[in-house]
Amino acid sequence: MADIQTQDPVYKTDALIAEDIDAYLDIHQNKGLLRFITCGSVDDGKSTLIGRLLYDSKMIFEDQLAALEADSKRVGTQGQDIDFALLVDGLAAEREQGITIDVAYRFFATEKRKFIVADTPGHEQYTRNMVTGASTADLAVILIDARKGVLSQTRRHSFLAHLIGIRHIVLAVNKMDLVGYDQATFDEIVSDYSNFAESIGIKDFTAIPISGFKGDNIAIAPSPETPWYSGPSLIEHLETVDLGADEEQARPFRMPVQWVNRPNLDFRGFSGLISDGEIAPGDTVRIVPSGKTSTVKSIVTMDGDKDEAVAGQSVTLTLADEVDCSRGDVIAAADAPPQAADQFETTIVWMSDENLIPGRGYWLKLATQTISATVAEPKYEIDVNSLEHLAAKSLSLNSIGVAEVTTDKPIVFECYKDSKQLGGFILVDKITNATVAAGMIHFSLRRAQNVHWQPTTITRDDHSAMKNQKPALLWFTGLSGSGKSTIANVVEKKLARMNRHTFLLDGDNVRHGLNKDLGFTEADRIENIRRVGEVAKLMTDAGLIVITAFISPFRAEREMVRNMLPENEFIEVHIDTPLELAEARDVKGLYKKARSGELKNFTGIDSPYEEPEKPEIRIDTTAMTPEEAADLIIARIIP
Amino acid sequence: MQRLTHLQRLEAESIHIMREVMAEAQNPVMLYSVGKDSAVMLHLAKKAFYPSPPPFPLMHVDTTWKFQDMYALRDKAARDAGMELIVYQNPEAKERGINPFDHGPLHTDMWKTEGLKQALTKYGFDAAFGGARRDEEKSRAKERIFSFRTASHGWDPKNQRPELWNLYNAKKAKGESIRVFPLSNWTELDIWQYIMAENIEIVPLYMAAKRPTVERDGLLIMVDDDRFPLKPGEEPEMRSIRFRTLGCYPLTGAVESTASTLSEVVQEMLLTTTSERQGRAIDRDGGDASMEKKKQEGYF
Repeated sequence: MADIQTQDPVYKTDALIAEDIDAYLDIHQNKGLLRFITCGSVDDGKSTLIGRLLYDSKMIFEDQLAALEADSKRVGTQGQDIDFALLVDGLAAEREQGITIDVAYRFFATEKRKFIVADTPGHEQYTRNMVTGASTADLAVILIDARKGVLSQTRRHSFLAHLIGIRHIVLAVNKMDLVGYDQATFDEIVSDYSNFAESIGIKDFTAIPISGFKGDNIAIAPSPETPWYSGPSLIEHLETVDLGADEEQARPFRMPVQWVNRPNLDFRGFSGLISDGEIAPGDTVRIVPSGKTSTVKSIVTMDGDKDEAVAGQSVTLTLADEVDCSRGDVIAAADAPPQAADQFETTIVWMSDENLIPGRGYWLKLATQTISATVAEPKYEIDVNSLEHLAAKSLSLNSIGVAEVTTDKPIVFECYKDSKQLGGFILVDKITNATVAAGMIHFSLRRAQNVHWQPTTITRDDHSAMKNQKPALLWFTGLSGSGKSTIANVVEKKLARMNRHTFLLDGDNVRHGLNKDLGFTEADRIENIRRVGEVAKLMTDAGLIVITAFISPFRAEREMVRNMLPENEFIEVHIDTPLELAEARDVKGLYKKARSGELKNFTGIDSPYEEPEKPEIRIDTTAMTPEEAADLIIARIIP
Repeated sequence: MQRLTHLQRLEAESIHIMREVMAEAQNPVMLYSVGKDSAVMLHLAKKAFYPSPPPFPLMHVDTTWKFQDMYALRDKAARDAGMELIVYQNPEAKERGINPFDHGPLHTDMWKTEGLKQALTKYGFDAAFGGARRDEEKSRAKERIFSFRTASHGWDPKNQRPELWNLYNAKKAKGESIRVFPLSNWTELDIWQYIMAENIEIVPLYMAAKRPTVERDGLLIMVDDDRFPLKPGEEPEMRSIRFRTLGCYPLTGAVESTASTLSEVVQEMLLTTTSERQGRAIDRDGGDASMEKKKQEGYF
């Protein structure tokens, strides 16, 4: 370690390891935990700083150090010097290419705290990785090269840290050794940063002049080189910063239910991680969204029942009453429960190569609730460098926007600024299962809070009983010219003859009225299907057998409609006609137009048709007539 | 006001992870290697689901070459937890008599990597808990807590799902599976402290005692049964040794030590500062990136 001058931080417990190990372990048994993120590039000396923190807290083992020295000489970029980037860069592919693309977690400890450092190296995918790393962090260390001052990347890092709700910001002005430990340089940077921080709503930050390379003000402050600095060293600050556990525990109690523990008929426990507040046996709680109340009977753990539990603990609660409660519900303080709503204004960070498709159904996971949700066209996108609001129709990888989100059913939530656990969510693509976005709820939109579902006296069961039939939605899907409308017509005629109450919703017809404001962009086509789905749902509520004939080329939209209806009422009918045959028929002359380029986004030609994977009914039109097809479909729905 | 210690927070996080898997996976399993990390993981599972027993089986992908003490504790631990124990041994490796003396890296590949893949496929497990920690090894520092595997059990480090807050995405297509690492954020010292605080039973081999040993390739190997090929005239020497990590006995290097209590072991660990996997011969095959390569091939 000849190249790194060490200024050993002597923790008073270190000597205890050799002298009295049990005393040492006692001290270390009751450490706290701080998770932080380091923001900056390799140029700012970030890897060197992390390497130093690991080294100063004795977290680099001898064999690692030997390997590091060898690696530094072989592939390092620092000549004969130790290249700390090698220590914190994990994957072989990255090492070869000299880039880092992901989030890595590092661990070190002092006698007061254990630290988990999220390191998001590299410039590529920076927004996605930093937001990911920052989501679990209590504190952000924003590194600045003292020679360069506040740069646009400093602003970007600070904006993201603030966006994700990190309350503690440390401005680490690094490489002070290269500016001669000049106080004026430091003061100017702090003043610059202060103006910017205030403009984006950062109320408070701690600025520390450091040298990761030389070790100044890392462990001990003030360094002899900076007698003018009177604040804490970086490690002292990390060890003592108040994490606000008091505030968290003072908030009203909330525990999202993860799992119902039912080993036998006599025990029914609700397991979860307490997100806010504290709880004790005898406390009155409310189950949200149902609104039922009960009293906590016991807090059950393997170590015996507990007298209290607080935010951050995983527990199992039993209640005094037999109330309905399952995964996704939130057990909350009875007098201050969270709200449920189905429409929100949110900030969304897009994390996928595939752009956001407004109106498409995604899985939204918030706390323990997973539900189908759609995102509207963004109100605006935020340029992370200039912080300007830009007009946007969609969101692409690493872009951040503000958009309305609508869920299929009301979910229990809180504003993100009040509760990360109940205000932060992810979006998951329904086909690829990839996590495509992270979102933060600002507030629910009034509509959801004030429009209540009006219970009606005549229920959907009454409607269907009066008509003496089971309602259903026969959803025909297939290429243009596949025969959907033809077969749907025959089906309806036959059902009418059987005295069934039906209604046929045809694609072309709906566009003359209900959907005449919609065009043929991807978003409009999704909205077209959504409206048809809602109308069909109302009709099934009225007891009808509804038949629809729409190309409906995307699986996600068909699934969206399926999820709107009670189970087994959505019957997907795939009219399976090969493209060549449909094109050869070309009843409306549309394929010809599409081939000539006159018609854009035509399904099967320049826009995909995603075949149903498991349709309830598949009709091979090359093997049967429309009459035969209709008989087959009716046989499936009328027992 | 109650301030949670780092161990309390780690415990709460691990329990939360296990319950999420239980709620979202169809057919989870806990991989159990009988080491100290497995012991902690099993203990946390008991806590997570108490008073129910952990609602999934324990599975040991066996090589037939583990220490005898490990087999004894394995069976006892499963019994004590009230869990089904599945022991899987790759039938091909068994038939071909694959062993660490004659087959080198093939031993690990067939018994462990192939054995694990076969077992997961055979029982159709869609989520498997493993006791790996991020502080163990460089490639693990970047792995997610919910680590997604293709239908052929491969890991693609460039295509990992972002993991935010404590929201885990457990969605997957048929045939795909998820490896889950509830101890991701624990360090070796955390593990030891927790074992002491919670009185968790571990294999006695972690503590020093006089044991029969020989030297092979610079490693001190314990002669645990009569399958060990001694050189002509060679007599195992009784040495006071212990193990920092446990695996197949012919591949696991011991350290000479007199630390016979848990706190003495921790004391030694803190004073010697040699990282954990160094005693294990398996990481050395293939040089620098060997663990990452193994993971891509499906090793845990």
